[in-house]
Amino acid sequence: MTEIQEKIAGMFPEAEFDTSDVLTVSVPDARLHELAKTLRDECHFDFLVTIIGMDWVEKMGCLYYLESTEKHNRIAIKATTDDRVNPMLHSIADLWPIAGIFEREVYDFFGIVFIGNPDMRRLFLSIDWKGFPFRKDYDANPELNPVSTENERQSDFTDTYVETPDGKVEKQEVRVFANDDFVVNIGPQHPATHGVLRFRTAVDGETIKKIDVYMGYIHRGVEKISESLTYPQTLHFMDRLDYFSAHPYHHCLCMTYEEAAGIEISRRAQVIRVIMDELSRIASHCLFIGTFCMDLGATTMLFYTLRVREQILDIMDKTCGARMTFNYECIGGLMQDIDKDFVKDVKDLLAVLPANLKEYDKIFTGNVITQNRMVGVGYLSHDDAIAWSVTGPSGRASGWACDVRKTAPYSIYSELDFEQVVRTEGDSMARFKVRMDEIVQSAKIIEQLIDNIPDGEVCVKVPKVLKLPVGHWFRTVEGCRGTFGIYLESNGTTNPYRLKIVPPCLPAAAVVDHITRGNKIADLITIGGSLDYIVPDMDR
Amino acid sequence: MPYEAWKDNEYIEGLVKELQNNGTNVVVGTFDKLINWGRSNSIWPLTFATSCCGIEFVSLGAARFDMARFGWEVARASPRQADFIMVAGTIVHRMAPVLRRLYDQLAEPKYVIATGACAVSGGPFKKSYHVVMGVDQIIPVDVYLPGCPPRPEAMIYAIMQLSRKIKVERFFGGVNRKEKQEEFLKAHPIPGVND
Repeated sequence: MTEIQEKIAGMFPEAEFDTSDVLTVSVPDARLHELAKTLRDECHFDFLVTIIGMDWVEKMGCLYYLESTEKHNRIAIKATTDDRVNPMLHSIADLWPIAGIFEREVYDFFGIVFIGNPDMRRLFLSIDWKGFPFRKDYDANPELNPVSTENERQSDFTDTYVETPDGKVEKQEVRVFANDDFVVNIGPQHPATHGVLRFRTAVDGETIKKIDVYMGYIHRGVEKISESLTYPQTLHFMDRLDYFSAHPYHHCLCMTYEEAAGIEISRRAQVIRVIMDELSRIASHCLFIGTFCMDLGATTMLFYTLRVREQILDIMDKTCGARMTFNYECIGGLMQDIDKDFVKDVKDLLAVLPANLKEYDKIFTGNVITQNRMVGVGYLSHDDAIAWSVTGPSGRASGWACDVRKTAPYSIYSELDFEQVVRTEGDSMARFKVRMDEIVQSAKIIEQLIDNIPDGEVCVKVPKVLKLPVGHWFRTVEGCRGTFGIYLESNGTTNPYRLKIVPPCLPAAAVVDHITRGNKIADLITIGGSLDYIVPDMDR
Repeated sequence: MPYEAWKDNEYIEGLVKELQNNGTNVVVGTFDKLINWGRSNSIWPLTFATSCCGIEFVSLGAARFDMARFGWEVARASPRQADFIMVAGTIVHRMAPVLRRLYDQLAEPKYVIATGACAVSGGPFKKSYHVVMGVDQIIPVDVYLPGCPPRPEAMIYAIMQLSRKIKVERFFGGVNRKEKQEEFLKAHPIPGVND
């Protein structure tokens, strides 16, 4: 990284460096775009992990986390503005298409306008929402934004801010759809959108021309609530984002806190955490297979896959005390020890799993209708997957080896023997098959660990009132649907100053527009199902 | 479920008694019983889920918990064909008008079950700026089902409560002149519950 730092220092003499966590380069807004372009094209930082909006009271700004898909190292760019009334930064939406969505999120929460972003609407909140909730001086008075039972005001226009040659910024109105487009509304109440997601779909006959994705129907403001809670109190939200990845998400947040506080957890806790992560992955992929097949009309599959899922939920139920929202990992280890039947139950599960997978294949995968509806449908190329930050099984189906367990191993994953499932077809069938194969790999991981759970304490001693030192941390894990990240900024108190959740499902939903263009409208269900997004995860 | 296992028999019986205060017509009363027997055993839910509770609702429909045993398995995707809406998950500001509209589109007689802590009161998101603190702020609720998320067994219990409620209704006349929920609760206070 020192080479890169020297190179940037040579090209951008005004840049400042912070090496406390990931190398963070601060540049003035005017040179932000240039630096991002240099990093992407010359240093191979081609994956935009996330854009984090920040309010430091005296300044506002953004952190851009980039990752190299070749060397898997990370770098962050920091750009700030002093203007709180009309904060503006330059957009990088022309470099990464997904940045357009990330910037809309920042605008929605902080009111920072991005010059050059083609679509500067709010993302999660309605157009009439007063105030920007993530600012530190936000007025949360419920009378300002009352609950309405009247339909939300809609607009056919979006704003875009353009810089004129003499340096002024002009606001322009642009139509979202062309004047003569025929727009069909799908969702938010639609059984195939997997939750409350809404697509405004412009169609030409049966062919999709453009999709405008509407989110925010389950936006709960978890990040903002977390700022008013103590560190242990923020943990339970992780169960309720992507409820299938409850264990991996918990793992990520606990890991971030533990690293920040310098807590070393026991080997026993590490092993149990990893077993739980992989069990979640199997349960999650099973439900994916079931609901995805149901979307395509194969209702029977749901009953077969839920059989395995119920078996896993029983194991969880015995150990964690709940079927879905486990709240099992805590800072310092685990809430309680595993059940006395745990090892036996997991072994029973592993014994029946291969026969079940074979059965799924027999019923569904080889079916002629399945083949016709999935092979070649919804193609996402390798480069587009990176440009749109589509991680997880969907990204790996496009040939992008992006499994965090391999690229940046955390916990004990570096010691384990398993393969990263990568396919190159990039279609819906590939996304389905990657998940089928990942079940096998997860089972392989559990097999290695289940007989070797070491003795020891499950939870180390942690101070009752946890205070973290001043600083910032960015950690990622492999959730069931892709790279899940936590950005934590602490100012030395018992509450997080900023807790940013980086969900894998937001890019997966954003990319629907790109993938479906030119496809038939019936394929939208196949493509949406195969991307396997969870709406509460993207909305947070 | 055996009769003794219900904890609110007195309450339900009080309602029945009151309904029959003016005497029941032999013909209409018999038809009422017949129709309500049919209605209470084939209540169709609307496929509606916003978050975690919806996944438990999926489990409820699958083989293990099998709500088909009770005649509830015909989940309709359109509110016009459904009898009740199981509000499974958090309702936020943006979703509120949509839920209201779905409720308005349900055909009478219609029922609502507030499923899970979020739908009952806002639950773990009580401090949020964007969450509706209980769906009873926007639509009337018949059964409150706590839990985060409630187990499928609890969901079965809630829907069974709903079908008991349907059984004691007067289909001819009574249902079509529904009282407002507030007026109803004022006249029929539940012991131990204040609001």
